[in-house]
Amino acid sequence: MYPSRFNYESPKTIEEAIALLTKGNGEAKILAGGMSLIPMMKLRFASPEMLVDINNIPDLNYHRADADGTFHIGALCRHSDLEKSSILAQHQPTLAATAPLVADPIVRNRGTFVGSVCHADPQGDWASAMIALDGMIVAQGPKGRRTIAVRDFVTGPFQNVLASNEIAIEAIIPATKGIRFGGYLKLERRIGDFATAGVAVALELSGASVIRAGIGLTGVGSSTVNATDAAQSLVGSPLTSEAIERAADLAAQAAQPRSDHRGSAAYKKQVVRTFVVRILTEINSTKTKAA
Amino acid sequence: MTSLYEEVRGDQPGEVPVRRVSIRVNGVNRTADIEPRLLLAHFIRQGLRLTGTHVGCDTTNCGACTVLLDGKPAKSCTVLAVQADGHDVMTVEGMATASELDPIQEGFKDEHGLQCGFCTPGMMLSAKALLDENPNPTEDEIRWALSGNLCRCTGYQNIVKAVLWAAEKMRAQSGK
Repeated sequence: MYPSRFNYESPKTIEEAIALLTKGNGEAKILAGGMSLIPMMKLRFASPEMLVDINNIPDLNYHRADADGTFHIGALCRHSDLEKSSILAQHQPTLAATAPLVADPIVRNRGTFVGSVCHADPQGDWASAMIALDGMIVAQGPKGRRTIAVRDFVTGPFQNVLASNEIAIEAIIPATKGIRFGGYLKLERRIGDFATAGVAVALELSGASVIRAGIGLTGVGSSTVNATDAAQSLVGSPLTSEAIERAADLAAQAAQPRSDHRGSAAYKKQVVRTFVVRILTEINSTKTKAA
Repeated sequence: MTSLYEEVRGDQPGEVPVRRVSIRVNGVNRTADIEPRLLLAHFIRQGLRLTGTHVGCDTTNCGACTVLLDGKPAKSCTVLAVQADGHDVMTVEGMATASELDPIQEGFKDEHGLQCGFCTPGMMLSAKALLDENPNPTEDEIRWALSGNLCRCTGYQNIVKAVLWAAEKMRAQSGK
């Protein structure tokens, strides 16, 4: 299968890329890892007139923990970079749990974190983790940069708020006030398949008490589900088994899955419930061991 | 295919967007004028006539088309050839010398790591990338590293054995 014809540009700077996107006037697409875009172009779901390949722009392939507690992931940071990262494992338990479960090892070598969030596939793993962490996307356009919370960034399946001449150049995870805990679990029929259901949990604890919580759900709605009621129910108290069960029930209620070849809606809700319990129970035992 | 791939002759078709690329394939620099939509898999197979790289699903699932791009496995059906401009590609043809098989190839032969052989080039290149990074992998690590490559014949057992065999031989050769 071939994509339909397009003009290929490989700018060397972000400014040059933005100028090309402006010239493309809504008919240009950014190519980063290409692990979603190229298959969509081959299937002719997407037929952009121009591809702006940002892989030759220097200094976008990074991830780092800053002194102010924020964590930054550049537009060309690949899934595999994150999977192997000791910095990520040290600072971001939710993201570190997600990294090895994205797609398959070969796809992870090329696909990018920021590209995956921008692609806004309701089945995307990173989006759930970013929702749980209150993550943000930094976009650069002709008028400069702006920062957008991921919960406002995605407007529907495969849709985001970027203007046609804006580039998402970085993802930021805000600083924590407590100690960070988190996890990600995904049920898939085989490696590389889309999730039957996935759950991302990000907690901040002060002592035994939860001071912030976020729960994002993969593959159980028309976009990534932000299970705010479930997360909110955890805040202000320790992780008791009652609190865990209550949050799991609320997360299952927030899920809006459809029955399909991967399972019935009721089954997927049950998977969400089980995963919330598993992640929170695991956090509880890790926390106890650490103390 | 010829409309997508032209050896450099100096004349270029007018209507079609064409880019000149230089890709180092198995250590040899290959320069060609290509359409940007030409996939790396087709550049390798139709353009360079290196048909060891197989196209299976053509939808980024099966990993049969896996090549090493700058030493890392990539599904060549999902990479544009223009993206490989200035980069290193290794295909299965780059593994053996004229007189000697790569230990990974030997392992697949000795341990019966293939039946129909369709997935084998991709499997071996994923295995090579693993062993380059981790000369002494566990069975679990091998299964994990090969999890993007699908095999419909073997049930994977002998593929895993083949990689373990190769790892042992390579360690013995390097004296570790």
